[in-house]
Amino acid sequence: MTNPSETQKAGGGLLAGMSPWALAGHALPWAIAIGFFFIAEGYLSFGTQIIIWILFALSLDLALGYAGIVTLGQAAFFGFGAYAAGWFSIHVSPDPILGHLFAIGLTAIVGLISGALILHTTGVTFLMLTLATVLIMFEYANQAKEITGGDDGLQGMKVGPIFGKYEFNLFGHTAYVYSLIVLFIWFVIMWRVVKSPFGRSLDGIRQNARRMRAIGTPVWWRLLAVYTLSAAMAGSAGALSAHATRFVGLSVLSLLTSGIVTVMLILGGTRRLYGAFVGAIVYFVVQDYTAKISPYFWEFIVGGMLIATVLFLEGGLMDLGGIARRQWERLTGKASKP
Amino acid sequence: MSSPVLSVRGLSKSFGALVVAQNIELDLMAGARVGLIGPNGAGKTTFVNLLTGFLRPDAGTIQLDGIAIEGMRPEDRVHRGLARTHQINTLLVEESARDNVAITIAEREKFAWRAIRYSPQWQQCLDEAQARLDEIGIGDVGDRQVRHLPYGKQRLLEIAIALALKPRVLLLDEPAAGVPSSETHVFHKVLDRLPAEIAILIIEHDMDVIFRFAKEIVVLVQGRVLTRGEPAQIAVDPQVRAVYLGRTVV
Repeated sequence: MTNPSETQKAGGGLLAGMSPWALAGHALPWAIAIGFFFIAEGYLSFGTQIIIWILFALSLDLALGYAGIVTLGQAAFFGFGAYAAGWFSIHVSPDPILGHLFAIGLTAIVGLISGALILHTTGVTFLMLTLATVLIMFEYANQAKEITGGDDGLQGMKVGPIFGKYEFNLFGHTAYVYSLIVLFIWFVIMWRVVKSPFGRSLDGIRQNARRMRAIGTPVWWRLLAVYTLSAAMAGSAGALSAHATRFVGLSVLSLLTSGIVTVMLILGGTRRLYGAFVGAIVYFVVQDYTAKISPYFWEFIVGGMLIATVLFLEGGLMDLGGIARRQWERLTGKASKP
Repeated sequence: MSSPVLSVRGLSKSFGALVVAQNIELDLMAGARVGLIGPNGAGKTTFVNLLTGFLRPDAGTIQLDGIAIEGMRPEDRVHRGLARTHQINTLLVEESARDNVAITIAEREKFAWRAIRYSPQWQQCLDEAQARLDEIGIGDVGDRQVRHLPYGKQRLLEIAIALALKPRVLLLDEPAAGVPSSETHVFHKVLDRLPAEIAILIIEHDMDVIFRFAKEIVVLVQGRVLTRGEPAQIAVDPQVRAVYLGRTVV
């Protein structure tokens, strides 16, 4: 699967040297997302939610997948971003873009500070500290009722039109398009980052931090940088969520939120960029369909899928594409030989 | 003569009651070829870890080009020209051999922080990496994922990575460890071709390698320098023989 010449080509330029198949592969998910807007009007808020969670899962992929930072604290940043955007809309300005930038900036600072405090640890210690980060945030949000509304949630958010023109309407047209654009921007940023020399050094740190120190890599600083970026992305997803629903509840800061986004990413596949897409879509669609059969059934199905994925597909559901391609090549190869 | 590139004075380290380095002194001139030998547990790898900064000494100084480095982090020492290889392969096993070296070069050239812009230098890194693999004789496997490389080639890659840092001082921690004797000639050749101006400290159990390569040998026993001298002297030193035959030395 990991073909070194592929990564080299990508190192030369963003789209340079890509096969038509690869280009089509990149165009497909975005074409689907745009098509969805026109054909599935009744499901736009469902689609918006999926887009938000894709971005959230992507942020986790950056830390967990690429840099090997095993964290269960991603909800802290998602939740913080949501509350920051909500608070901003009530107390400062209803402008969603300003609020969004405010949330990203503030969450990045939270990521920087919490990362600086805990990134010198590794393994289980680090994992526990990330859990602690979420728990502290949750409890703070629960107690600080004047800022967060406590367990009633943050109410009274005012969300103005984007560029003073596009209102967030009841059917969620604006929220969908806005979220999709934000996702696309982050996707391009992340794509460039993971293929850049910086991203390659993260690959190295994930595989062998000691080797990287021996070649002169400031491992702690690199991890802090990517942790901050990952936090900013998660905060951005949280802000989208706040703006799209005009409500922030305590659940955004729960451990379960961290757990769900991890399940999505593992389902879809880490370090594949589109793994977050596949994972979030499959998770929500399975949840939506099976919950109609029974409200408890969907968890059973998702759990079963997760077990099957972890056992049989090392790279998540994204591996199915590779397996299908190899089978196809084997079949066509055989057919064309004689 | 000129001053030493690497100068170690009074270097000491203990883990509790266990003394692993005791008052070690060492000077490496540019172009030096010094062998460090000693029985198992003598503190050879500990000494390398102290020099490179993976361990902090309890006492003593280490100077690189006249600058004290004993308080510096490992990565800063690397940028000052101190490189090492590892006794146990420490490689990026999911990457190709070429990428292992290219990532090193990016770090050396200090553009590994570039996160957004694809730098055309990355291609230069890959080209230089390939040239370095060719140089050391494993250019044919540049595309192969490291985990699929034969052990001996992984050992050579360790050296190629260290050389890619363009070090002034190179610490070779048992470069031929675990390599079958039928292949040691490859390492002889590689060691002979190392750039002349680099100061090199080599740890090796294979006496053939040491006596062929080193101009001076330092014998380490229980964290102390037992004796030092030219290979011919060391070979006939009764103390050294006693250590290697397992008798106690007082």
